[in-house]
Amino acid sequence: MNRNSLLLKLEFESNPEMLSVVRHALGQLAETLGLPSTGCRAVVLAVDEALTNIIRHAYRGEKGRPIQVSFRRIDVRRNGREEKALEIVLEDRGAKVDRARLCGRSLEEVQPGGLGLHFMKECMDTVEFRRAFGKNQLRLIKLLGASGPEKES
Amino acid sequence: MQISARHLDKATIFDISGDVDLATSPELRKALLRELREARMPRVILNLKAVRYIDSSGVASLVEGLKVSRDLGARLILFGLSTSVREVLQLSRLLRIFEVCENEEQAISP
Repeated sequence: MNRNSLLLKLEFESNPEMLSVVRHALGQLAETLGLPSTGCRAVVLAVDEALTNIIRHAYRGEKGRPIQVSFRRIDVRRNGREEKALEIVLEDRGAKVDRARLCGRSLEEVQPGGLGLHFMKECMDTVEFRRAFGKNQLRLIKLLGASGPEKES
Repeated sequence: MQISARHLDKATIFDISGDVDLATSPELRKALLRELREARMPRVILNLKAVRYIDSSGVASLVEGLKVSRDLGARLILFGLSTSVREVLQLSRLLRIFEVCENEEQAISP
């Protein structure tokens, strides 16, 4: 695999039934990249939560709207060192993300809902939202660490 | 997700398998609330041994069931948590609010 190489690109329509399909594909990809099983489960959960938010909030439950997810292997600079990472970019053409809602809720409150963003932040090393050209874009990064198959010892 | 119910004298056990996500959690929520609100079952037990995956919408269904059970003076009990289900509940920091048993015998004991 080359640096910054596109590993996988998925284009599908908003539909909760698609979530298990994406989870399966991503689980296989994360395993191929050498992530340990906990890391694989974390990446799968974060992407599943991101897609759930797109379907529920950006598209307000409407089916048949476009979603694009791309997976790249990238090099990132952390603490003066180059590290290998998995970059996942999700794009939708739904309603603008309300930044106030991105704060999530206090975990001290016992109530249903509001956990998705918390899960994403806990599972990933970077979570970034932006709005450009009528699209919501969510960028997630997971450092591959020593588990990356191309990592030199 | 597959969900089936076993009815005991004063408890209902739901055997759940597969993935609990945005697509399937409404079915779980509906089954839980029906058993608590309509059947007025004093104890509802969820066997999660065969649940491979749960996301925030699944956790939200469990939390809603728990709140309703408390309001009605009933008990909602979980058992058979797989590693992935336990991880997600721990991540949500909500594991402590649930009554969790090791096995079915413990869950149905008085």
